[in-house]
Amino acid sequence: MDAIFGNLDLWSQGLTYTLMVFFFGGIIALVLGTIVGAMRVSPVPVARAVGTAYVTLVRNTPLTLVFFFFVFGYSALALPTLSNLVLGIFAIGVYTATYVAETLRAGINTVPVGQAEAARAIGLPFGQVMTQVVLPQAFRSVVPPMMSVFIALLKNTTVAAGFSIAVLPQLQATISNSHTRPGSPMEVLLWVAVIFIALVMLLTWLQRTLENRWRIAR
Amino acid sequence: MSSVLFDVPGPRARRRNLILTIVTIIVVVAVIAFLLWRLSLTNQFSAAKWNVFTYSVVWSSIGQMLLNTLRAFALAAVLSLALGFVLAIGRMSDHAWVRVPVTVVTEFFRAVPVLVMMMILYYGLPTLGVKTDPYWAVVVALMLYNGSVLAEALRAGIESLPRGQKEAGFAIGLRKSGVMTLILLPQAIRAMLPVIVAQLVVTMKDTALGFIITYQELLYYAKLLSSQPGRPILQAALIIGGIYIIMCLILSGIAKWAEIKTRRSPKMKALAADQAAVMHEGTDTELIALQTRSGKFDGNNSGAI
Repeated sequence: MDAIFGNLDLWSQGLTYTLMVFFFGGIIALVLGTIVGAMRVSPVPVARAVGTAYVTLVRNTPLTLVFFFFVFGYSALALPTLSNLVLGIFAIGVYTATYVAETLRAGINTVPVGQAEAARAIGLPFGQVMTQVVLPQAFRSVVPPMMSVFIALLKNTTVAAGFSIAVLPQLQATISNSHTRPGSPMEVLLWVAVIFIALVMLLTWLQRTLENRWRIAR
Repeated sequence: MSSVLFDVPGPRARRRNLILTIVTIIVVVAVIAFLLWRLSLTNQFSAAKWNVFTYSVVWSSIGQMLLNTLRAFALAAVLSLALGFVLAIGRMSDHAWVRVPVTVVTEFFRAVPVLVMMMILYYGLPTLGVKTDPYWAVVVALMLYNGSVLAEALRAGIESLPRGQKEAGFAIGLRKSGVMTLILLPQAIRAMLPVIVAQLVVTMKDTALGFIITYQELLYYAKLLSSQPGRPILQAALIIGGIYIIMCLILSGIAKWAEIKTRRSPKMKALAADQAAVMHEGTDTELIALQTRSGKFDGNNSGAI
């Protein structure tokens, strides 16, 4: 327990950084992913092609390499300096956006074409076809897989530790590099694992609850 | 074309689509132009920056590192498949003393991030007096994580099979092992092949995490190259990134091919027709099976990324 109570400052910092990467990375992923997902189902062939190219390219790149590009590559471009934390948030956001886009696209594809055709047939304009008929159905089938994407995003925040961003796994290096702090690497890492299991369980419970609330009655 | 979202475009929609096309092209060109401008401004295209890649030594090292990546991937893939089968079968066991621990283990390894597992194996174990090599830390961590994810996929595949398959197996006198190996697993593997190969792509991508625990693979070499004269960090990342993307695209291609192949295969069609028939007219057993099953697994396919 010394590993926890002797380093409470580090643990709260690590948890804050992890949650910051998770939340802000998630927001970027949602915004960018919605744009790319909309491009991938749009009637404009060029937009579809750009969306497909982006998804194919980023999905087949390891997250570590995306981090590598953002954290090390960005400084080579001589742009205004940003902290590693901000660059890491962008990296994870850009990476997760592809998964958000694919989930949204899959969700829209689960709505039968007949639904939209029937909506058009009774004379609804595009806006109402979307808000009254298609999106409510797509939303329900999107929620569970979207939560899975966010669970994966939470676990992926650990990669930031490899790029000197003070997320939870980075504690191991910080504690073993200082001679005054208590705790062996094993203890620290096991506590990190415990925290992640707790967070993942929380998100899984949320996923179940939302899934049950919005189950499609067919 | 017509889809859920839009109908065959009329004259106004065509005009709007044209405007959207132009806007998309302008935005994409602007982003690329901005990047190229910054790249040329910081002399990233100068010969000095790319000079490293004219040496054959560098390329043979890249080959060596590629081999290291593939070595870790191949062993991790094989081991995680094996572990996946063991965990999937264990989790469906009739004996609670097998089922419960296996379930706990599977859920544990699925919840712990791969990188944390690698760090536990590489930085944590030495404090307990066990010396570990980065190679084995990478392989074992990938095996545990992907094995438990694959176990879930296989279990979902087996549970989605019609109940009648299992009952028929028992009816012709097969034992539990026979029903599993001769009847359930072959069908489940066939149905889950795309998911399995997609998970292998994830395994391939996750070998890059070895970079963080100093496993000497491609990304590690990219970092090493960037300390060479001229500091070609972007160049090294681009070339190594290209190699990764090509490898993953090949695997993704196999996944897509497997999916198309299974969808077209006559056995799969027979299975689908079977299930459709059950929907319309079925025996009481099948009806009960359907009812008990329908509540049990509605999605929750928490795929890993």
